[in-house]
Amino acid sequence: MSKLFHIFAGLIACMLPSLAAAQEAISLDERINGIFADYTGWYVSFIFAPLPGTDFSWIALWLVVGAVVFTVYFGAIQFSGFAHSIRLVKGDYSDPNDAGEVSHFQALATALSGTVGLGNIAGVAVAVSIGGAGATFWMIVAGLFGMATKFTECTLGVKYRNEYPDGSVSGGPMYYMVKGFQERGLPLGGAMAVLFSVFTILGALGGGNMFQANQAHAQIANVVGDYPGWITGVVLAILTFAVIAGGLKSIARVTEKIVPFMGIFYVLVSLVILLINYDQILWAFGQIFEGAFTGLGVVGGFTGALIQGFRRAAFSNEAGIGSAAIAHSAVRTKEPVTEGYVALLEPFIDTVVICTMTALVIVISGVLAQDPATGLYIWNAELGRITTEGDVGGVALTSAAYATAFSWFPVLLMIAVVLFAFSTMISWSYYGLKAWTYLFGEGAVKELIFKIIFCLFIVIGAAASLGPVIDFSDAMLFSMAIVNIVALYFLMPIVKRELHSYRSRLRSGEIVKQPK
Amino acid sequence: MEKTTFIVGLDGSETGARALAFAKDRAKAIGDCTIVICYVIEWSPFTFQTAEENAQRHKRREAEIAMAHERVLDPALTMTRAEGFEIEGIVRHGDAAEILDGLARERGAKQIIVGRVGARGLKSRLFGGVAGRLAATASVPVTIIP
Repeated sequence: MSKLFHIFAGLIACMLPSLAAAQEAISLDERINGIFADYTGWYVSFIFAPLPGTDFSWIALWLVVGAVVFTVYFGAIQFSGFAHSIRLVKGDYSDPNDAGEVSHFQALATALSGTVGLGNIAGVAVAVSIGGAGATFWMIVAGLFGMATKFTECTLGVKYRNEYPDGSVSGGPMYYMVKGFQERGLPLGGAMAVLFSVFTILGALGGGNMFQANQAHAQIANVVGDYPGWITGVVLAILTFAVIAGGLKSIARVTEKIVPFMGIFYVLVSLVILLINYDQILWAFGQIFEGAFTGLGVVGGFTGALIQGFRRAAFSNEAGIGSAAIAHSAVRTKEPVTEGYVALLEPFIDTVVICTMTALVIVISGVLAQDPATGLYIWNAELGRITTEGDVGGVALTSAAYATAFSWFPVLLMIAVVLFAFSTMISWSYYGLKAWTYLFGEGAVKELIFKIIFCLFIVIGAAASLGPVIDFSDAMLFSMAIVNIVALYFLMPIVKRELHSYRSRLRSGEIVKQPK
Repeated sequence: MEKTTFIVGLDGSETGARALAFAKDRAKAIGDCTIVICYVIEWSPFTFQTAEENAQRHKRREAEIAMAHERVLDPALTMTRAEGFEIEGIVRHGDAAEILDGLARERGAKQIIVGRVGARGLKSRLFGGVAGRLAATASVPVTIIP
């Protein structure tokens, strides 16, 4: 293993001079940006293209429509099955003979650590500062619908995963595309799987890696002062490499333990702030409802709020992207539907709980400027968003909102952002790797090549401000959703069959709670 | 007369071996006895793992069970059988105190015999070691071997 580290250290060492030079001579960044923008710009514009006459990107609508279709098709499973989901996570139906295997709780926690992150902190601030308090309402609505999408994709992920003779498993949309389509006698499953895998690899390198590294560096620099980004990049790359290739499980374990607590702590701090301002909670909900249907003075009014809310939810909880299906497929269960039940809690925790907390604190803290006479938001046309205290947006706005209650919060937020970014990178390295091995086959050397590429991209992401490159990889992330949701539409009858069979056995008493 | 069953918690340590020796003494005195030795791999369904660890989990579990048999249970089984006792070995994942008590109820055991292990780490200081918790919560008599 030490040989691995030497190879990797050597690669990093080779890159350092060029990266340092890149920092000084911005022209390299610009050149890469230029090349990327020239060749990929059209695709990025296509993916994020607004619907005619609005600034609502069609891809966000694609995700929301999918979520509504699955909600209707499965009879609002996110509400009718919610209590059962909780019981499954608690282990009420787990076979004691399976003790020691991956539990429902573990699969859920792993998938959540890949989605809870910058979106919940920075993304919500962006949504609320452009769409007003009302954006929160639509975010919650979209989050609730997204639960049905996760249910569908994760059930299929478990049902069609590959189990190898050595006991390890591989699952995800590429597997249900091939096997599920074959089972239904549909063509093109293999082609879709290849397409999905290519998008996943590029999305993993971008949104799941460069963007995270970039934002982690920005947040550290924001608190401790500016310094070259490659330093953050190299440190993160070495840590990530140690975890994913070096088998340094202790770092992974520490992160995987701290991240959930950071998430819980973030929610607790939010609750404390809400309790301190308990007299304003009703007012805040009033603002959210009123803003949802009037916009309270934001540009675009009602639709302005709706667009921001829907977009934020769709981009934050990854419902429909297909990544969760990869994460959930490792669970040990005889019933694929049970994992669907568990997975539907993910958008609930990510969007309905955590994102809403951030939004409520921002609204209550009063960092969004309102005209005292009319109650409408004061619009800053130049920045294209509501005037805020200190004229900040994104993560800095969240930071400012929480700092109104606790002055130490920005430091905590920095640690949280870095840890969230790190855990998201580890999760996405796995999603990317699964797509990589799907395309090129399993094998130690092939896997190592991907892991090295992945870590080098961390350094690039942190060091450079490669806007067009990151835009391209974001576009890849949502391209995953195009292929994945098409597959889900074709395969949802299979999920329905599984669900009916499971429910009837639950009713007949064939599936029973395990005695404690 | 009904067969008497003892549950013995083994962890590969010296005190675990003493617990087994005590069980053999009792079995000799009573006569018709079955000794069930159990090795518990500490595990909780509520921990946090990476996706990679999850994917490898089944493989790792099999390896853990094989290793427990090979290093702890099998040598003890061979030796004890050679001495003419009726003995059975079990490996389970979970919380040691809960597993041993559950096993005792499952088998209708007369008592659980475990070695006393000094409090290790913060968790056992806060919540008590396996022996302490068994003594407090078990549904059958517990003998703790110093």
